[in-house]
Amino acid sequence: MPTRNVVIIGSGPAGLTAALYTARANLNPLVIEGLESGGQLMLTTMVENFPGFRDGIMGPDLMAEMRSQAQRFGAEIIQGHVSQVQLCEEPFKIKADDAEYAARTVIIATGASAKLLGLPSERTLMGHGVSTCATCDGFFFRGHDIAVVGGGDSAMEEAVYLTRFASKVTVVHRRETLRASKIMQDKARANAKIAWELDSEVEHINDTGKGEVTGMTLRNNKTGVKKEIPVSGVFVAIGHTPNTSLFRGQLEMDQNGYLITHDGAKTSVPGVFACGDVQDHIYRQAITAAGSGCMAAIDAEHYIDNIPEHLAAV
Amino acid sequence: MAGDNVQTFTDGNFEETVLKNGVPVLVDFWAEWCGPCKRLAPTVDALASEYAGKVAVGKLNVDENPTVSFKYQVRGIPTLLLFKGGQVVESIVGLAPKDDLKKVIDKHV
Repeated sequence: MPTRNVVIIGSGPAGLTAALYTARANLNPLVIEGLESGGQLMLTTMVENFPGFRDGIMGPDLMAEMRSQAQRFGAEIIQGHVSQVQLCEEPFKIKADDAEYAARTVIIATGASAKLLGLPSERTLMGHGVSTCATCDGFFFRGHDIAVVGGGDSAMEEAVYLTRFASKVTVVHRRETLRASKIMQDKARANAKIAWELDSEVEHINDTGKGEVTGMTLRNNKTGVKKEIPVSGVFVAIGHTPNTSLFRGQLEMDQNGYLITHDGAKTSVPGVFACGDVQDHIYRQAITAAGSGCMAAIDAEHYIDNIPEHLAAV
Repeated sequence: MAGDNVQTFTDGNFEETVLKNGVPVLVDFWAEWCGPCKRLAPTVDALASEYAGKVAVGKLNVDENPTVSFKYQVRGIPTLLLFKGGQVVESIVGLAPKDDLKKVIDKHV
C-alpha cells in the first residue's frame, strides 16, 4: 500500500479548499468524499454571502465549482465512507468501504450533520413527515400546513423556502428570541405564510400509530401550557452535531465532540489537521470553512516539508 | 446516469416489475432536485451490479410517479424500500453506507 502525502476526509468547502491548496503544492491529495458529499451546502438553495458572487450562487453549483477547481490541479476525489482510522502512529491508516489507505498527513473535514430533537416519535416518523432536508422533501407538502423547528439561520431559510409549497409554515422555537441573523429574521417575519410559536418546545410528534405526521404537541416554556397543532410535516433545523465519532479516543475534542485545534489547524496529533465545521461551533460559514481548509493545507505542507514553524513562509 | 443493471419503475409498471417479481426488489425513491438522492445513486448502481440475478434494483421518480409514492407513504427522499413477494420487508430512509445496505438486503436473499 503506497503512502499518500495527504488524505482529506470530507468534501465540503473545507475539504475541497484543502484539496485545492495541497494539489497546487504538488502533494497529490486524495479526498474521500464521505456519505454526505459536498457537505451541507448541497442541501441549501441560494448562497448570498460567499464573496465573489454578487448575485448569489446556488449551494450545489458552488460545490461543483470547488470540486472542479480542486480536480483541475490534480486532486483525486473518490467516493467512499470512512469507517475507521488509525492515528496513533505514522503512516496513518484510513479504512473506507473495502479499501485501506496510508497517509503521512490527514486533513479532517468531516463537517457536521443535522441534529435531531431526540424524540422517539421523530425517529419513527422520519421519512413519513419528519425531515431534516427542506429542499428534498418540501415537494411532498404542497398545500399542507407544516412546522419548522429551530431559530437559527437554517431554520429561517427553510421556513421561507417551504412557503413555496406549504399553505402555512409554523416556526417553533424554544426561546422568545431567535438566533438567526437580522436579515434572515426580517425575511421570515415579512412572509405572511409564516406563523410563530416561540418559547415553545416540541413534546411529541403524532401519529406513530398511523405511520404519518398528523400534528405535534407543544409545551410553552413560560406558562407550561400544552397545545396541539395540526401539521402534516415537521422539518427539524435545530443545528448540527460534529461528525467525530471516528476519532473518539484518538484526537482531543471538547465536551460537545468538536475537534480541538491549536496554532492554526493542528489537532492533538502531529500530522493530523482539522478544518471546517468539525472544529468550529462558532462561525460555521462556507467562507470560514474554506478559509480553515486553506490553513489546514498549508499546515500539512509545512509538516511534510518539515520546515521549522518560525521559518515557514507561505 | 443509472448503471446497466438499474431498472426504471413507474406507476404504470410497478405491479408487473416490482410486486409480481419472483426475486426481491430494491426500489430507490428519488427526484431530480434531491441532492442526497444523487449521492446515493452510485451506491444503488453498485448494489444493482453486485446483486444482479438475485435482487432486482431500480429507481422510481417520485415527481413523475405520485401514485406509488403516495401508496407507500413516502414523504422523504431518498428512501429505499425492499419488496419481497409484493410486500415491503425493509425501509431505509436517508443515506446509508453500502455495507450497511448489504447487511439489510442479505437478510432477504
